[in-house]
Amino acid sequence: MKRPWLLWIPLAAFLVFLTIGSLGLHRDQQQIVRSRMIGKPIPGMDMPAASSSNPAFSTKAFADGKVHLVNIFASWCVPCAAEAPQLAQLQQRGVLIDGIAVRDARPDVDDFLAKFGNPYARIGLDARSVMQFYLGSSGVPESYVVDGKGVIRYQHWGPIMPQDMDDILEQLREAAS
Amino acid sequence: MKLIALVVALGLAGTASAQTALPPAPYAYTQLDNPALEAKAKALMETIRCLTCQGQSIADSNASMAADLRSDIRERIKAGEAPEHIRAWLIERYGDWISYKPTAEPITWPLWAAPLLLLGAGAYVVTGRLKGHKGRRA
Repeated sequence: MKRPWLLWIPLAAFLVFLTIGSLGLHRDQQQIVRSRMIGKPIPGMDMPAASSSNPAFSTKAFADGKVHLVNIFASWCVPCAAEAPQLAQLQQRGVLIDGIAVRDARPDVDDFLAKFGNPYARIGLDARSVMQFYLGSSGVPESYVVDGKGVIRYQHWGPIMPQDMDDILEQLREAAS
Repeated sequence: MKLIALVVALGLAGTASAQTALPPAPYAYTQLDNPALEAKAKALMETIRCLTCQGQSIADSNASMAADLRSDIRERIKAGEAPEHIRAWLIERYGDWISYKPTAEPITWPLWAAPLLLLGAGAYVVTGRLKGHKGRRA
């Protein structure tokens, strides 16, 4: 054989493959699934009231000239309690927050609001996650900035924590301009 | 024995209420009456990725969101919607990521071409060897 080093190529290729494979095993598999609905109008959906205190709403009437922050939450969701103080702050700054309670029951939502505060203008119920599917939402909590024309401008994945406030406020300002 | 049953029942109740207070959606754990439609729905569900536990299909997952998506898919199939139409609808919202079925997008072209290239390379090597043998015999 003229070029004996050729024999080593398959072994080298196998070792490269093995390295990539074993590194992949230790990679964090959970990835954030971004909604592809950003830049598109919010899907229209009538939702019944999820609580005794707040009115129901429909996303069909979202092109009302106002910026909405749509917050997907649930009474059974632990991180949702963690973002409650930030939502309260946003409400104090005059942000219009509409809540969507996912897979929830009215007494549970009432309890949750009594315990962690009620920053919502309105709260709709998404009993079977269908609104989540329409929005391209993959978990709870999530928040969407919707501009005055009813177009989704921004998706925040996970709870809004203190360090996310600047970002959210910036996105709300941009949506308003 | 009764004690074990009680403990198991309490355990199940605990995990169920921890996730959601609602009963499951109508077709989350119930098959469609029509076996042909159920087969269609099942085939689709096995190729849709669960959004909560991302290594599983929604057919395999016990996550509430996967259960709701199974019910939604069965209801749509029952209403006459085509499985590929539902897949396209989901991809429009979540990206190719949600579907386990490989697409023919340009990014997967090398993948589709690989078997042909390997077959070609194999044929080249084999013809080379055969010629070599003939040469030696002559």
